[in-house]
Amino acid sequence: MLLDVRNVTKSFAGADGPVPVLAGVDMALDLGQTLSLQGESGSGKSTLMHIVGALDTADSGEILFDGRDIAALDEGGRAALRRSEVGVIFQQFNLIPSLDVTENIRFQARLAEREDPAGVAHLIEVLGLGPHARKYPEQLSGGQQQRVAIARALAVRPRLILADEPTGNLDEATAADVLDEMLSLVADTGAALMVVTHSPAVAARMDRQLHLRAGRLA
Amino acid sequence: MTRACLQALWSHWRRNPLQLFTFLAGLALATALWSGVQAINAEARASYDAAAATLGEGRFDQLLPKAGEGFAQDTYIALRRAGWQVSPVVEGRLQLDGGAVRVIGLDPLTTPGALSPVAGTRDIDLNAFLTVGVLFANAATAARLADLPQQVVVDATVAPDTVLTDVGVAQRLLDRPDRLSRLIVATGQPMDLPPLDNVAPELMRIAAQSSSDVGQLTDSFHLNLTAFGLLSFAVGIFIVHGTIGLVFEQRRGMVRTLRTLGVPLRRLMALMAAELLALSLVAGMIGVVLGYIVAALLLPDVAATLEGLYGAQVAGGLQLRPIWWLSGLGIAVLGAGLAGAGALWRIARMPILASARPRAWAMVAGRGRQVQGVVAAILLASAALIGALDLGLLASFVLLGCLMVGAALALPLLLGVVLALGQRRARGVISGWFWADTRQQLPGLSLALMALLLAMAANVGVSTMVSSFRLTFVDFLDQRLFADAYVRGVDGDQMPAIEAYLTARGYDVLPLLSVDTRLASVPSELMGARVGPAYVENWAFVDALPDAWDRVAAGEAVIANEQLVRRAGLWLGDVLEVGGGLRLPLVGVYGDYGNPIGQAILSEARFVALFPEERPRQFGVLGAVTEDLRADLGDEFDVPPSSVVDQAAVKAFSLGVFERTFTVTAALNVLTLGVAGFAILMSLLTLSAIRLPQLAPVWAMGLTRGALARVDLLRALVLAALTAVMALPLGLALAWVLLAVVNVEAFGWRLPLYLFPLDYARLGLLTLGAAGVAALWPALRMARTPVSQLLGVFANER
Repeated sequence: MLLDVRNVTKSFAGADGPVPVLAGVDMALDLGQTLSLQGESGSGKSTLMHIVGALDTADSGEILFDGRDIAALDEGGRAALRRSEVGVIFQQFNLIPSLDVTENIRFQARLAEREDPAGVAHLIEVLGLGPHARKYPEQLSGGQQQRVAIARALAVRPRLILADEPTGNLDEATAADVLDEMLSLVADTGAALMVVTHSPAVAARMDRQLHLRAGRLA
Repeated sequence: MTRACLQALWSHWRRNPLQLFTFLAGLALATALWSGVQAINAEARASYDAAAATLGEGRFDQLLPKAGEGFAQDTYIALRRAGWQVSPVVEGRLQLDGGAVRVIGLDPLTTPGALSPVAGTRDIDLNAFLTVGVLFANAATAARLADLPQQVVVDATVAPDTVLTDVGVAQRLLDRPDRLSRLIVATGQPMDLPPLDNVAPELMRIAAQSSSDVGQLTDSFHLNLTAFGLLSFAVGIFIVHGTIGLVFEQRRGMVRTLRTLGVPLRRLMALMAAELLALSLVAGMIGVVLGYIVAALLLPDVAATLEGLYGAQVAGGLQLRPIWWLSGLGIAVLGAGLAGAGALWRIARMPILASARPRAWAMVAGRGRQVQGVVAAILLASAALIGALDLGLLASFVLLGCLMVGAALALPLLLGVVLALGQRRARGVISGWFWADTRQQLPGLSLALMALLLAMAANVGVSTMVSSFRLTFVDFLDQRLFADAYVRGVDGDQMPAIEAYLTARGYDVLPLLSVDTRLASVPSELMGARVGPAYVENWAFVDALPDAWDRVAAGEAVIANEQLVRRAGLWLGDVLEVGGGLRLPLVGVYGDYGNPIGQAILSEARFVALFPEERPRQFGVLGAVTEDLRADLGDEFDVPPSSVVDQAAVKAFSLGVFERTFTVTAALNVLTLGVAGFAILMSLLTLSAIRLPQLAPVWAMGLTRGALARVDLLRALVLAALTAVMALPLGLALAWVLLAVVNVEAFGWRLPLYLFPLDYARLGLLTLGAAGVAALWPALRMARTPVSQLLGVFANER
């Protein structure tokens, strides 16, 4: 099992004391599988995604990544895991404004010392980014920026891909195109994909659909 | 409505206390440096005025002895009897605990009106005045006079370290019975006055304004201090400009909302302007207080420097003079106005439905880069043009302004080019991102870097100028004081006997003949020198023909100081009439630093032929002067030991003076760099909030917060180093302008420019240190940024 989440809890400090966000979540995800995580705003889905992506830490419970407990890793260890094993696609794209399209795509792969120029070229071609390869993020449309974000996440060849509302900022037609391209490319790599979404249409495209309600899987 | 609007506007500052602190601190620091320097200048000028008012220097003609340090009181009586309206002055140094004071004795009955408190109507003990005497001094000096029998009256208008009293009391205190130092000539003289030479041939008349004017001499020093203060102020204004720009951009949303809710634009603009005014007054007041502290700390060194350099007396204590604290408040308001005008203008032009989202002001600033480049090019070209043309003192200040502002505007463009080059050459992924990200940050940091550029350039420029002045002055002393000793106040008729006496003992004697005259209509001193190997080997010329000394020695030519040739519009090869219809070609121009009047040197023979009545009153001695020789000169020729001045002692004293000058400039250097460091700190702190969305993805992709913090620290150091490299030529250009343009226009002499690489290296390290310290806090904040804050960047429901 690539990802094994056991009884994870997380709460945030509120004005009247700790506010529980995750109240004992269990889930698992293996390579080649896709999973959607749905829930209302504040249900804890982004928090769960951040915890499994080693972006945040749980208050309790275990998050086993390929058998290793992420909770036991220090910041450097979590950074290394993010660098080489996890690709994250954000709703707001979060591209690096000072780097052009190609440099953005290559960036994480180079950090992980796993650069594959042919793979990058392939991603650029498949995602239709060729004409924009030397453009900067501010010169791209939302759909183009999200394609760059997808390419960046895939270029490092991660085993786990996390997508947080990957089509939330896109119009319907573009969203459908981007989702198709993302699923196709993820399938090619054999990685596990976890998508946080409000959209039933996006969730329906995944192998499994999970719902979070008040910090628990429904 | 006004109250509600003000509350809304103020809420921004309440929610962003760091911005409020940056604004107030930046403006207060700028004002502090400016008003501190102004306080020193005002205090020094007030001291000169007090001295001039006391001594009548510059306002009245004076009669001085042609030789020696004084003359008999009988001469004064003879002049009065002949109808001359003159007033006696006796002056000298009186040794007291804590150092000597200058005692000046005046005659209250004959002193021209309003010259001194001695002459005024005072509530003093008449009995004491007529018997033991009354001394007038300022409070500090009065405290040191307690042991004297005279009544002491405190008078704040008396110059520092100076005691005024009746001429008779001064003669007793100084142990100079029936001797006077000089006579002040009243302006209204009878028509049938007998010539001075008939009544008192031993005296000469010095016209008003041509006597030593300390104000003129010290203006050079004050000019440099003012330039430094202005540059420091400019550094502070860059901080304020950056803060105001950011604040106004962040309040775009609020402005739009207020206008949507019905607040008229004009009212809103007025309130924002009033808000700026109120804040700038608060900052100005803080700055004036800080400036007072700076001035109080520096003034003793400045006073010592001025006294040592020019003999100008400056009080070591500081008074609250309205001129400088008002100017401090004024410049704070002006600075805030300059910095805020653009931001207010942008807000005024903003359509009511414009995007309320802050446009990442710092980033958008880069869009005006082309305009900035054009303005920088125009300013630098103007500076070059003004430098090439000789347009006067005002133009040379315009040149300074164009140079500094032009270079500051050009800095981001040059840095952009260098960073792009670095990005192109980067191999590693982190280094590639580092260069690209640094380019991205450049617009946000450019104001702080401009401030750093100006601060460092000012430091390089002023240090170079002061150090060049020091080297030149030391060379000048070596040149002028090449004799081992100088003997002053000699009875000219005894000169042949003294010379024979010294020559017989193996000494070489160099008599110095001089008369005060006008050369080419310029008030000047014409000197006759016995030209020999000592002159040829030691004198350095600003410019000279190859055989200058030979031709002077042969009586065929004349050399002159820079002041004379520049004021008279002469140069090598031109002809100068030296008197008696004799016209000689000018073959050499020499530096004569600190001398307010012109000077020309002829051969001794030519001088004697022109002025057969003149006798040398001073001479140089080549050879070690022993105590025995001093004693012999006193015994044989009545030359007091104090008239034999040891060259080494004069040089050591002069060097001591410069060390104090360095203390002042070094303190100002550190303060200015400190202000620039503060600018960097505030810019980085401001940027750190804007930057989070840019750093969070990099962190998410696997760079630790510690690594990001180290990269940020490195970025600050790299930018500071690049700025320092660019500040060096600018600083040298500034020094050149000060030495070769401003100095020439203002004072008539040009100073050579020397380079001090070690000093620049030390300054560079100091700059890196300031930038490193400034970047440390933001870097630590970055390293300790809570993960939740980084994750907040990715939150969808923002």
